[in-house]
Amino acid sequence: MDLNLLLDMAVTGYGNRTAVSEGGDALTYAELGRAADLGARLVRRIGADAVIFVGPSHPAYPAALFASAAAGVPFIPLNYRLGREQLQGLMAAHPKALVVSDEPWIGEEMPERARSLRGYLATLRDDRPSPDEPDVVPLSPGQSDDVAVVLHTSGTSGTPKAALLRHRNLASYVFTTVEFANASDEEAALVTVPTYHIAGLANLVSNLYAGRRIVYLEAFDPQGWLETIRSEGITQAMVVPTMLARVVRFLDGADASVPTLRTLAYGGSRMPIPVLEEALARFADTDFVNAYGLTETSSTIALLGPDDHRAALTSNEPGARARLGSVGRVIPSVEVEVRDDDGAPTAGQVPGLIFLRGDQVSGEYAGESALDVDGWFPTGDRGWLDDEGYLFIEGRADDTIIRGGENVSPAEIEDVLMAHPAVADAAVVGLSDDEWGQRIAAVVTIDGDGDAVTPAVLREWVRDHLRSSKTPDLVAFWPELPRTATGKLLRRQILEELSSTLSTENPATS
Amino acid sequence: MLKAGLRLACPRCTTEVVVVRASADDVMLTCSESVLVSVDSAREGTGHPTIGSDGMLLGKRYVDEPADLELLCTKAGPGALACDGRVLGIRGAKPLPSSD
Repeated sequence: MDLNLLLDMAVTGYGNRTAVSEGGDALTYAELGRAADLGARLVRRIGADAVIFVGPSHPAYPAALFASAAAGVPFIPLNYRLGREQLQGLMAAHPKALVVSDEPWIGEEMPERARSLRGYLATLRDDRPSPDEPDVVPLSPGQSDDVAVVLHTSGTSGTPKAALLRHRNLASYVFTTVEFANASDEEAALVTVPTYHIAGLANLVSNLYAGRRIVYLEAFDPQGWLETIRSEGITQAMVVPTMLARVVRFLDGADASVPTLRTLAYGGSRMPIPVLEEALARFADTDFVNAYGLTETSSTIALLGPDDHRAALTSNEPGARARLGSVGRVIPSVEVEVRDDDGAPTAGQVPGLIFLRGDQVSGEYAGESALDVDGWFPTGDRGWLDDEGYLFIEGRADDTIIRGGENVSPAEIEDVLMAHPAVADAAVVGLSDDEWGQRIAAVVTIDGDGDAVTPAVLREWVRDHLRSSKTPDLVAFWPELPRTATGKLLRRQILEELSSTLSTENPATS
Repeated sequence: MLKAGLRLACPRCTTEVVVVRASADDVMLTCSESVLVSVDSAREGTGHPTIGSDGMLLGKRYVDEPADLELLCTKAGPGALACDGRVLGIRGAKPLPSSD
């Protein structure tokens, strides 16, 4: 079970369809198959033991991924927004890798091993076997148990880790969640998630297996995104919550006017309920899907589908209504368990640590596996299951605030803060405190017309909606909150900045 | 041993499959009465007529419930695949909503 098999099937099933396009560059499925084969020969010829991709979404991205699969070496997409030193640090572990990137310094530093994105595709197009070269360089394509992709996790609350996804993890995800060739001729997916993120990778392989045309939009802005949906006749799109928030703000109450858009999937970080409710109203004819997963689980393991969204929206029953804030139910090929701190499964909607098991779950990092003896992966996320199996995520276990012995989930307070009409964004963190263990600190950004909002007003707001033990001890106003490209809060950074401001500033600001 | 990821083929026709899910080890998988072999084995490829089947379709998943077995057809062929003599049926489960 490997990625080569997946591409072979696509080439056989619908080789003449367009697989992927960005701007003026495009590849059909048959061309992608050929590019994979020729790319693999290039890998062999230069003796590369990995393929590193440092760049935005472009047809060179799937071409490089499938070349590495055909050559049986790992594919390693890196964050092209990282600085040169950070990239050099990550690349040092693979000194023989073929590097596909438009970074000028990479081309200068390793001319034999580096190719630009367009240069790489052009090489493949021109690469006819020459008379003095053997026609076929023997290849050993990636097998089930080989490492297909190395991805670096977000590391929002710790050091980023290099997660290993084997061919069988990714292939199992695709084979069990996507029906082969289910897309009709006119279907097209608009992709705006990063190449170096599991969502970008999973999105690519799922859409290829469905037979959908993938349209890449590199620089996201709300207007360009809406216009591309209209001009390309996009039927499927995936966004992270920060993107949807920007689209909704741009629409400013107007209808989205995207009649071709059947499905809008979102995930990557927590979706604020007010943003989701507004988006559902603006995209009235579009089905919404919330996908939850981790890098280590080959992406999606739980889904809140279109029917779930509708049922929650129209329900008067609080439990059913609350499901709009859940990530839906775990997919049939994956098992879930919520366990307390002693490892015993919880029952009756009691929050605990989320454990997952299944063929798509890798739970493996360079050199070590995080799976327990029975194959369960500790996600590091806290959450709970309701009586119908809907999974609610509280956030990273590391982010839980323990105030006076009581566990407080930052997400719960953030949701309440964001429901305040003047608040645009909110983050809640725990500051160490001699008396309470931790104190609750909130950092918020305010919408333009929120001048009259004071810390006292917001503390009162939280106290009215939750209770006093969950009321922030301190509220700070910032112009912007630091987030990753997929919208995850960089809590470590917030905590550091907040702590250093507090130690130099008059504490009366709270 | 039958395990997920194992690739099998009919020795006499073009049909190829990959095991997606398998719980039981001791089952006999056949294609029109020929026992399936590893995809890497030498195959006669002389072909055989379709026996009681519409043929194995590329990308379709085939199941046998008693053995909790699921196969994915990776190369089309006449078929028909059977598990311990029971002809496999196409998996008819409702597809998941597209999340990508």
